Formats: sequence, C-alpha cells, structure tokens
Amino acid sequence: MPVERPEFLAGLRESLALQLAIWPFGLVTGVAMAAGGIPPLEAIAISVFVFAGAAMLVAAQLLAADAPVAVVVLTTLVVNLRLVMYSASLRPYVIGLPLRWRLLISYLLVDNVYALCVARYAERPGSGGRLAYYLGVAGLVWLGWQLAVAAGTFAGARLPADWKLDFAAPLAFIALSVPLLRDRAMLAAAGCAAVTVVLARGLPLRLGLVLAAVAGIAAGLVLERRRA
Amino acid sequence: MSADTSAIWLATAAMGLGTFALRASFLLLPERIRLSGTFAQALRLVPAAVLTAIWAPELLLREGVPALALDNERLLAGAAAIAVAWRFRDTLITIVAGLAALHLFDRIL
Repeated sequence: MPVERPEFLAGLRESLALQLAIWPFGLVTGVAMAAGGIPPLEAIAISVFVFAGAAMLVAAQLLAADAPVAVVVLTTLVVNLRLVMYSASLRPYVIGLPLRWRLLISYLLVDNVYALCVARYAERPGSGGRLAYYLGVAGLVWLGWQLAVAAGTFAGARLPADWKLDFAAPLAFIALSVPLLRDRAMLAAAGCAAVTVVLARGLPLRLGLVLAAVAGIAAGLVLERRRA
Repeated sequence: MSADTSAIWLATAAMGLGTFALRASFLLLPERIRLSGTFAQALRLVPAAVLTAIWAPELLLREGVPALALDNERLLAGAAAIAVAWRFRDTLITIVAGLAALHLFDRIL
C-alpha cells in the first residue's frame, strides 16, 4: 500500500495546528495522573495503551479515589463509547484496506483525528490518499500527546495548587461537548445527563455517571422519535 | 495518596484492550453487516450525554452538595467557558478562558 506523500504532508500540517490544543490537554492529563498518585512509568503506559484523554482523566480520578479496578475499567469504557460512533462513521472509507492498516487506524482513532479526517473525506469524495492523510494527522497527534502527557507526569504535583489547574479537566470536557449540542435531541441528552448525575450523586462507585449516560441517551431518543 | 501499582497495571491492560475493541468495532466488521437505525441514533447521543455528565458535577456541586448560587465561582467560570465553547468551538480558547474566569471570579467573590 503506497502512502502518498503530498497527502501525508497535508495531514502533518493540519496536525501541527492541533498541537496547540493537544499540549495543554496532555499536560493537564499528565499532571492529573501524577496528582492522583500514579507513578510516571504507569502513567505513560496508560497513555500509550489507552490513548484517549477524557478516559485517562477519569481513570486518574477513580484510581486516586481507590475505586475497584472493575469500576475504573467500566467507567472509562463508557466514556470511550463514543469511539464506536467514530468507528462506524469511518467505516465506508476503510473498505478494501488490508487488515494491518485497519488495526493501525483503529488504534489511532481519537476525537480530533476523527473530526479532521471525516471533514476532509466529505470535502473530497472519491479522491485517493485517505490513508496517507489519516496517518499524517494521527501520527503527529499521537507523538504530541505522548510527549505532553510525559511532560505533565514529570512536572506532576510540583505545580502550585493555587493555579487551579484541576479545573482544566472539566473545561476540556466542556470544550468537547458544548459544540455537539446543535439540535434538540443532543441538548436533551446533555441536560438530562447533567440533572441525573447531580441527583444520583449519592450512588456508590460512580454509578451515577453510567446512570446519567443512559438517562441522557434515552431522553435524546425520545425527542428524536417525537420529531420523526 | 498513591494508587496500588498492580491494580493500575491490571486496569491499564483492561482499559487498553477494551478501548481498542471499541475503536476497531466497525472498522473490522465484515462489510455485509449494517447498523440498525436506533443503535446509530443512540450512538450519536453518547458523547453529549457522557461528556456532560463528567463536567456537570464539577460546576454544580461543591463538596458533594448542590451549589447553584452566584457565590459558586466554578459555576460562574463554567458558564463563561460554555459560552466561549459555543461561540469559538475551540478547546484551547475554552480552557484558557475558563481558567481566567475562575481566577477572576475567585478574586471578586
């Protein structure tokens, strides 16, 4: 499978602009893991194996709170369920690609890589170089992310608490979720999830998060049905 | 505060495998299999519901108790960040604006 150079370079260029967003988020994630008592080697291993910022932040919070392993794993998988949607959405573009490339594409699939590539593919239907563009974008996103997390891990708890950097994690989630709320079903899903998670705050093992996800999705589905 | 290392490695392996399976799901599925309509609709709603449920308690609760008054500086800073996220759709701008707002409200209140 030849990887077309111009498309690969185009992907690298786009990814360069993304570094501005990746570095602060990666640093914050690394700092949060260090603050949660996860040693640098383990933090870097989580970053390489899981490679999903939101899930890593949640895992850091839960591990710091000594949550059972099963709860940590279940919660991060719920957070990562959106990746199934990306996987389904990219599927038409990988048909015919050899298995090894599809495995690599899978491993590198994260929010901003998905967003960039899907926009590009929709813009240029039928053009070649899709794999090359994807590898250009995702390769540099991966590298920037790993370096940023490692740097955050080593900077660790040395950053002063009155910088209030802990608030950067919820802010990152706000930045990822608010732009999605473009129709009533999405708004209903988010609103219902927010109310449920507050009402269910007393539940053990962070089950409130799972319950809120289910309630939010149900509310959104009801609205979609009514409109249809 | 230090998490147990063997628990971390176990969690890491399971999270890594599980997350990879989620990503690979449809990319590896045989081409003849199609998504049902309801399943696709539900999947579309997952990010909005899950991500909101993650940040909402950080704004709406203080020490585990609902804090919906104007003296909650994280609620005010979060509201500012929501407006910025809606307007600019940019992660970095949102984080910087939200942190700046938090420091500002912290000083005022």
